[in-house]
Amino acid sequence: MNAPALATALAREASEETVLIVPAMHCAGCMAKVEGGLLKVEGVSGARVNLSARTVRVSHERAVTIPELTAALETLGFASQPRLEETQAAPSAVKPLLAPLAVAGFASMNVMLMSVSIWSGAEGATRELFHWVSALIGVPAIAFAGRPFFASAWSALRKGRTNMDVPISIGIALATALSLYETAVGGRTAWFDGTLMLLLFLLAGRTLDAAMRDRARAGVEALLRQAASGAMVIAPSGKLDWVAARDLAPGMRMRVAAGERLAADGEIVAGETALDQSLLTGESAPVRAQVGAPIHAGTLNLDAPIDVRVTATGRDTSLAEIARLIEAAGQSRSAYVRIADRASRYYAPAVHTLALASFVGWMLAGAGFYQSIVIAIAVLIITCPCAIGLAVPVAQVVACGALMRKGIMVKDGSALERLASIDRALIDKTGSLTLGQPMPDAAALAALSPEQSEVALALASHSRHPLSHALSRALVQSGTRAAELDHASEAPGRGVQAQWCGRTVALRRPDVAGAVAVALDLDGEPVRLITFVDPLRPDAVQALAQLKAQGIDCSILSGDNAVAVAEVARQTGLTGQSSASPADKTDAVTRLQQAGHRVLMVGDGLNDGPALASADASIAPGTASDVGRQAADVVFLGESLTALPRAIDAARRTMRVVRQNFALAIGYNVLAVPLAILGYVTPLIAAVAMATSSILVIANSLRLVRAAR
Amino acid sequence: MTSLAILVPIALTMGLCGLATFFWALRGGQFEDLDGAANRILIDDETDLTP
Repeated sequence: MNAPALATALAREASEETVLIVPAMHCAGCMAKVEGGLLKVEGVSGARVNLSARTVRVSHERAVTIPELTAALETLGFASQPRLEETQAAPSAVKPLLAPLAVAGFASMNVMLMSVSIWSGAEGATRELFHWVSALIGVPAIAFAGRPFFASAWSALRKGRTNMDVPISIGIALATALSLYETAVGGRTAWFDGTLMLLLFLLAGRTLDAAMRDRARAGVEALLRQAASGAMVIAPSGKLDWVAARDLAPGMRMRVAAGERLAADGEIVAGETALDQSLLTGESAPVRAQVGAPIHAGTLNLDAPIDVRVTATGRDTSLAEIARLIEAAGQSRSAYVRIADRASRYYAPAVHTLALASFVGWMLAGAGFYQSIVIAIAVLIITCPCAIGLAVPVAQVVACGALMRKGIMVKDGSALERLASIDRALIDKTGSLTLGQPMPDAAALAALSPEQSEVALALASHSRHPLSHALSRALVQSGTRAAELDHASEAPGRGVQAQWCGRTVALRRPDVAGAVAVALDLDGEPVRLITFVDPLRPDAVQALAQLKAQGIDCSILSGDNAVAVAEVARQTGLTGQSSASPADKTDAVTRLQQAGHRVLMVGDGLNDGPALASADASIAPGTASDVGRQAADVVFLGESLTALPRAIDAARRTMRVVRQNFALAIGYNVLAVPLAILGYVTPLIAAVAMATSSILVIANSLRLVRAAR
Repeated sequence: MTSLAILVPIALTMGLCGLATFFWALRGGQFEDLDGAANRILIDDETDLTP
């Protein structure tokens, strides 16, 4: 190979891989668009979407920069950002279980082939050969596929506790030992088939449980990564640079444009603006701030660009203080014991006692040691919680899948269990009961003449102010078309001004302070005030009625002022507590819990975080702050509040099905255990009973497919 | 008996082949993105999109 060719080959080799997070991808069309769009970028050699993780892996030459890639996606309508090392997805819980599951499946099928021949009457040398082949497949397979159970049982025993895996491990080990002995002495029965089948079903249950957690976590993580956190920092030289939130340091001067959220605590050094602190305090009315005012991370800048000198970052901010409160509050919840573990607490000792009792009983009745131990092991195998292992995860996986299709993401199975027991709900106002975004008052819009609406839309579309955005969205929705304007110009903090048919028109800050409003000023006409309200979510009243019908008392728990809370309380008919600080909210939750209630907290803001973490169960809307989404058990997408009663209803149905499943599984034991104790159970009976009860449990759980109606 | 001596090893070998294929697929990352795989069949002309 000559030198130039080698150089190009090396250049091609020196390509890089970038992983971009694209949260909005959800279908085949999106995948094709994203992959196709990226490949059109010069220097990109490959793009592969991972839809489960909502990411795309791009191989490109070193010359291609990340902004080029995000810009290419931006033109297709997909927001994206590079994946940071620290936010890399946690290792999947399913993957380590797949290999044991496959081995157990392979081995149980093959051993079952041998067993069927034996049951249908293979005798003598043939039976012995088949037993040996079964042992050859079964023993290594059991050793490999059983590892998840052995490891978990061992770690429980070492801490002096017992869990579901202890009876499973003992049963498996004893059954394997007995079967090997039987094979060696040329006995009639070996239990390799039953043992492997047990492992297969149990691993299937575990895998489903893990798959559910993986999927919900991937969904929530995709949402979390959506929030870009960082700031434009002005260097002493005057150069503007984008700096990620974790790299901000005290003393830096950041420029915050209107419509941006602050990434760090600071003090205003230039500019004057209105701030929306609803995420921090729940207070919905904007607060005016001038030079010298302290300003907290998470605050939304509404009006005009400001320069802020950073005073605290990272762990020192008011945000981090809330994070510490959440951590402390979440500890009480980790004490919750899942229903499967509660069941095994009673089940494991009962099974062991029963097996031991049968052994002692047969010894006393005069049977030999060998016969007694065979019967005791048969009891262990038949009671091994095969269907019980499936009873909970299958039902929860089916229900979570149904909820996910309705845009409700449940973080794990225990959330469904806790949600089912709720009898009291506390709901935050701003962003939870309401949409959390100002919308122009319908009455004020209706009062505008068509002409005025057209001018208002044209003016609003020239501005980046959040109120203008809301106004133009509402006007476009009502079918208004924009008027033709000349010389439109925006003065930050003041408004937009333009010429229309030779008249000066403006959309500006109103003269009266206090109200959230914009003034529409057409030269020669009286000034029109368009007020903004934070409307209730659609279906909020209906959703609250449904919650009441479910026996759940609701009340408002808001950080907003009493007037704003009273207004929403009047519309919804709920009672409410206003001006609650984050600590007050946690107290309210704890007080109700001490009064014997199971409390559901619904909230979105940072100020709700500690209460979300300390409540028995918690739900946050998808528009919530990062902290809110992280602290909540359930995140719902979309605007409708009916997600609340829907999630609770599905959780309750799931728990009903779980209890039925337990009844089915235990019912099978009630039938089979006497047979086992009397010594009538053969491997054939054990296999049939095990398979039947497992299929019954799965079939019963599948009824939950429509749980989220 | 002679038929068994042939058939049993054949059955086992076939089973092992299946298992080996599964492990190959698992290691090759084919189980990384099950949602994506389910959706990919709906993309018309995928050969243009992947390198």
